[in-house]
Amino acid sequence: MVHIPGSVLITNDLGEYVIVPEAVHVALEEGRLAMSDPRYADIEARGLISRHGPTDGLSAIVKRTRKGFLTEGPSLHIFVVTLRCDHSCQYCQVSRAALNATGKDMTRANAMLALDRVFESDASTLTIEFQGGGPALRFDLVREIVQEAELRAEKEDRVVQFTMATTLHLLAQADLEFCRDHRMHLSTSLDGPEDIHASQRVLPKSNSWKSTIEALSRARAVLGEHGVAALPTITRAALSRPEDVVDAYVEAGFGSIFLRPLAPYGFARKTRASLGYSVDEFMTFYERALNYVLRLNEAGVRIEETTATIMLRHILTPFHSGYMDLRSPAGAGLGVLVYNYDGGVYPSDEARMAAETGDARFRLGDVSQPLDKMLSSDAMMWLAKGAIAERQNGCRDCAFVPYCGADPVHHAIVQGEPDVGREGTDFCGRHMAQFQLLFGRIAERDPDTMKTLLGWVFQRDRGDVGPGWVEH
Amino acid sequence: MGRTLRSAPALYTHAAVTGVDRVRVFKVLAPDEAKADRYDSCNVLVLKGSDDSPTLKEQMRATEGAAAVRIDDLRHPDVVRPGDVVRLRPGSTLVSVLYRRGSNANALFVTEQCNSLCLMCSQPPRNESDRWRLDELHALIDLVDVDEPQLGITGGEPTLLREDLAYLIDHARQRLPNTLLHTLTNGRLFSDAGLADMLCASAGDQAVWAVPIYADIAALHDEIVGGVGAFGETMSGLYELAKRRARVEIRIVLHALSIPRLPQLASYIYRRMPFVEHVAFMGLEPMGFAKMNRDRLWIDPADYQAPLCDAVHHLALRGMSVSIYNLPLCVLRSDLWPFARASISDWKNRDAPQCRTCSVRDACSGFFASAGPQWRSRAIAPITGSGSSKGEEVSRYGVA
Repeated sequence: MVHIPGSVLITNDLGEYVIVPEAVHVALEEGRLAMSDPRYADIEARGLISRHGPTDGLSAIVKRTRKGFLTEGPSLHIFVVTLRCDHSCQYCQVSRAALNATGKDMTRANAMLALDRVFESDASTLTIEFQGGGPALRFDLVREIVQEAELRAEKEDRVVQFTMATTLHLLAQADLEFCRDHRMHLSTSLDGPEDIHASQRVLPKSNSWKSTIEALSRARAVLGEHGVAALPTITRAALSRPEDVVDAYVEAGFGSIFLRPLAPYGFARKTRASLGYSVDEFMTFYERALNYVLRLNEAGVRIEETTATIMLRHILTPFHSGYMDLRSPAGAGLGVLVYNYDGGVYPSDEARMAAETGDARFRLGDVSQPLDKMLSSDAMMWLAKGAIAERQNGCRDCAFVPYCGADPVHHAIVQGEPDVGREGTDFCGRHMAQFQLLFGRIAERDPDTMKTLLGWVFQRDRGDVGPGWVEH
Repeated sequence: MGRTLRSAPALYTHAAVTGVDRVRVFKVLAPDEAKADRYDSCNVLVLKGSDDSPTLKEQMRATEGAAAVRIDDLRHPDVVRPGDVVRLRPGSTLVSVLYRRGSNANALFVTEQCNSLCLMCSQPPRNESDRWRLDELHALIDLVDVDEPQLGITGGEPTLLREDLAYLIDHARQRLPNTLLHTLTNGRLFSDAGLADMLCASAGDQAVWAVPIYADIAALHDEIVGGVGAFGETMSGLYELAKRRARVEIRIVLHALSIPRLPQLASYIYRRMPFVEHVAFMGLEPMGFAKMNRDRLWIDPADYQAPLCDAVHHLALRGMSVSIYNLPLCVLRSDLWPFARASISDWKNRDAPQCRTCSVRDACSGFFASAGPQWRSRAIAPITGSGSSKGEEVSRYGVA
C-alpha cells in the first residue's frame, strides 16, 4: 500500500492493483466497505480481497507470464571485443583504453569460446551485443563472430540476433552494409545538445557531436531511418536542461529517449562530484523531461521515454518487458553474461567495470569453462542472495515490488554485499519515485496523458488509442 | 459455398419414407458425387430428378446396399440438398437435417444435460440420460464433408460425457483432420486434471474450447450461471486448459446482469487470461430461459454501447482478438463495426422489414428469427449509405 496524492494504491504479489480514494481505503480497513459497493467488487476482482476461496491456478498463470524469463537461461550475451576507444569521455574512465594500447583486445580464440557459452544457454532467442571500448575498432572480429554465430544457429535451429553499442564514427560503409545484411541493431550515444555532448564525449581533435550527427545520417542511409537507436548519459550538465536534451533527440530524428541516471561507479570519486547528482536532483530532471515528452506527443511529435514504457509494461500488462536491469530474479548472470576482452566472464557490465577497479568478486569464471560451471560459481551463488527482490528487506513489503527488480551487483558495489536492505539506496529511491510518478499519472486518468502512455506500452499510434483507455 | 444463406430453409421436412427399419442417418448426394464413392454406399441416398425438373417433388433412392430406402414426395424439396446428412425414423414421415453442406452452423449436439443453469440459456437442459446420441454422432462424423472448415460441439455441457466426448473428438480428428472443432463448454469439469488431460490430448490444437465468463467476481458469475462455486471451477478449468496449451475462446453474453461490470471483465480477461486466443461478445439470444427471464435480462443494446466500446477497445488495444456476435450493425456504434461478425447461424437469420433498404445488410448479423418486438432494439433502422455518418463508416471499414 502506498499513498499517492488523494488516493491509496493497493497491490498484491501478482502485480494486481487498485487505486482507491483515502476514505474507501479506511472503510475497507475497518471492514465497513459494503460488499454491494462496486469498489468492493473492483478490489475483489483484483484478488486483493478473497471471498470465495482462492483461484490459485490462474494466479500461477499470471506469475508464469510475468516471470516468463525464468524458464530459460541467459539470453543477452555481451562481447567486449576491445577496451580501446577513440573517445575519452568524462564519465568513462575504467571501461576504455587508449587507441594504441596493447593487450586490450579479445582474442579470436576467446571469442570462439564465448560463442560456445552462448549456445550452451537454452534461451529461445539469443542476443549477442558488441561493446567496448569501441567495438568498431575490431569490426574484423565482430564480423567473424556474427558469421560463426549464424552458422551455429542454423545448424542447431536456434534464433540469434545482434546489437552493437557504437559511436558510429569508425564504421566504414562496408561495415554498415554488413550490419544491414545481418540485421544488426545499432545503439549509439547522444548526450543531448551539441555543447553538452561535445564537452562530455571528448574527441582529441574534433567535435564529437558533429561527428555523431554526420555518422548517424551515414548509418541511416544504409540501415534505414529506424536502424539506429541512441541513449544519453545524463550528467550534472544536463540536469537543468531536460527540454534541450529531449529536443536534441527529436531533432536528430529519434523515436525514443531512454533517460537513465549516471551509474554511481566506473569513474573516480572526484569526477563523480562534478558529474553526479542525488536521486532528488535526477527525479526533478526526469519529471520535467517526461512532462515535456508528453506535451510533445500531444502536439503530434512521436517520441517515447523508455523508462516509462518499461515500468508501465510491468504495471499495465501481465508480461515482463524483457528489460534486464529491472527484473526479479535479477538479470545479472541469470539473463545476461558479459564476456570481457581478457576472457573473464561477468554477470553484468557494471560487474566487469568494478573488476577493472580491482573488485574481483564478480568474476563468474573464465570463458573456457562451461556455462553450468559459471552459473553455479561461488560468485553467482553469492550474488543470487540478492537476486530476488521479493526476499530483500525493504522490498518484501513494498507495494512496487511486483513491478520492480533486483540488481545485486549494484548493491554489492554500493553497499558491500548483494543482499543488504535496499531502503535508502539510490536504486530504491529512484525506482520508488518513478513508480510513484507513473501511478500518479494513472490515478489522474487524464485521457491525453493515458493515450500517449498506452500507445508506448502497446506499441500503437497515439491516435489509435480510442475508447477503452481507462484502466478498470 | 457461395449459396445465399440468409433465408436458408428449416432443418426438417416431411416425406413418404420407406425401407427404414431403425433410426438411421444418410448422406444425400447428387448422382455424380455418389459415383466418386467417398462414403459407405449403405449410408448414401442419391438425389434424383433435381436437374430435369427442379421445381417438382424430389425423389431419392438408395444405391445398391440400401436399395429399399426411398424418400418420395418431399413436402419442402428445398430442405434437403446434395451434401446434407439426414436422419430417418421407421414409421415416421419426418426427415431431419443433421448436417447441411455449406452452413456455418453445423454442430454435434452431444447432450441435453448440463451442470449449470444459466438465466439466459437458449437450450434449456434436460436431466435424463441421452447417451443414445453417441452412436448417431459417430455415424454423422463419417458423413460430414471432409473439407468442412468448422464443426461445432455443443449441448448441454459436452464435457459431462467425459471419455465418450474424448472418443467423439478422436473420431472427428481422424476423419476430419482439417476441421476446427469449436466446442462450447462451461469449462467447470476441466478443473478435474485427469479429465483435462484426456480431453486436451484427444483435441490437440484442432479444438477451440469456447468458455463463457460473465463477470470478474464470483458472486455475479455464479448468479448468472445458477451455481454457487461455478466461477471458481471455471477459473480452475481455464487454468488447466492454459497449462496444457489448449486453445481457449472466452464468450460473454450481453444482458442486464453482465453489462454493469463488462469493462472490468474485459480488464480481468487480459490480466488473468492473456493466453486466450479470442474473446466474443454475444448479443442475447431470445430463446429458452432467456424468454422466461426477460425482466432480469433485457437491456436495449442501444443502452450498453458505452461499456461495450470500453470493453472491446480495451482488449483490442492490448492485441487480443475480439468479435461481436448477434448484434445488427445499426445498433452498434460505428467504431465497433470492425469487430462485428455476421454471426447468427444461418437457420436463425431473418430480415426485418427495416433491413430491406439497408445498405449494409450483407455484412450484418441480422436478427434471431424468434425475436419478437419486445426483444428489438429501438436503434434498429436501415443504414442508407450516403448522408448518414454511419454510412460513411460503411466505406471506411469496407463492410458494404
